[in-house]
Amino acid sequence: MPLLLDLFCTFFRIGLFTFGGGYAMLPLLQREIVEKKKWAAEEELLDYFSVGQCTPGIIAVNTATFIGFKEKKISGAVFATLGIVTPSLVIITVIAALLSNFAHIPAVQNAFAGIRVAVCVLILNSIVKLWKKSVVDKLTFGVFVAVFLGSVLLGSVSPVVFIVAAAVLGVVVRVWLHAGKEGKA
Amino acid sequence: MIYLRLFWEFFKVGLFSVGGGLATLPFLYSLGAKTGWFGTADVADMLAVSESTPGPIGVNMATYVGFDCGGVLGGVVATIGLITPSVIIIVLIAKALQAFRKNRYVDAAFHTLRPASTGLIAAAGWSVVVLVLVNLDAYRASGLFSDLLQWKNLLLFAAIWALTNLVKPLKRLHPVVFLALAAVAGIVFRLGGA
Repeated sequence: MPLLLDLFCTFFRIGLFTFGGGYAMLPLLQREIVEKKKWAAEEELLDYFSVGQCTPGIIAVNTATFIGFKEKKISGAVFATLGIVTPSLVIITVIAALLSNFAHIPAVQNAFAGIRVAVCVLILNSIVKLWKKSVVDKLTFGVFVAVFLGSVLLGSVSPVVFIVAAAVLGVVVRVWLHAGKEGKA
Repeated sequence: MIYLRLFWEFFKVGLFSVGGGLATLPFLYSLGAKTGWFGTADVADMLAVSESTPGPIGVNMATYVGFDCGGVLGGVVATIGLITPSVIIIVLIAKALQAFRKNRYVDAAFHTLRPASTGLIAAAGWSVVVLVLVNLDAYRASGLFSDLLQWKNLLLFAAIWALTNLVKPLKRLHPVVFLALAAVAGIVFRLGGA
């Protein structure tokens, strides 16, 4: 099989069999990319994954782009990325089309009212997990509280503003201020 | 033109959402509020569908919103918009991978970016929780505290929270199990009032 098609098909499978993205994808990536295709070593994959987490965008997409780029530069990156999003595109389009036809049925409305409650719990559980990883000191606690309150109270402010402000704050506090302290000491 | 708008809005989501998974949630919430394309309840429904189908949650959400606003082509355009910044950024930094990871400016920025992203998700989650568990209209009409909370929903919330956090063998189960249970509960107890 030509490499580009192989990249597309492999990441298509990964997209099709991963529920939830992010960390849920790691075991599948290890099996397909490291063991079967040997496109990356175990360590490389973890590197891609951790960089995928600290670059903007969807982690799964970032990892696919990395591996595609490594194998066949830009065309490889594009094919791997299209592969991982294609199953979502097809499945979600079908479900969304079906749902809009069934949305008026009382049982469907009641089911979704129940599902929304479960979604609340899932969001809460995710936030607790993210909290443990991201709120690690006074500075990060302050950022969390400020962004949460800011976003709840000033509903019309775009999330972009908070993200950019937080990044600038991190650089100012951790790089420049700390550098200043070290300089004096 | 709706397609250009979808592409641009999701390009921004892809560029600024950090941390994957639910990181796109606050952006969708804000997008819905800004454009009137969909409401908080719709975002909760989209999230439920995205969590219970294969694929990255962010991609699923983009496809759903795009389809809702602009049909099949809308779903494709929104998804391509979402992934374009990723492809550009990764291609740019792929050569200097180690240097990027160890760069102290990058490290410092992400130290505060992560809690900001968590704070944004918490705020978006808060709006969904208020929508599902609180009934301000009934409270304003009657003035009774007992009307402020949606008791049936609150009980179901507590039950699912307990199942997902306290019962060890169930913690590892896929979210779709709990979504399905909640759907059944919703039908049995007529949670939608329909």
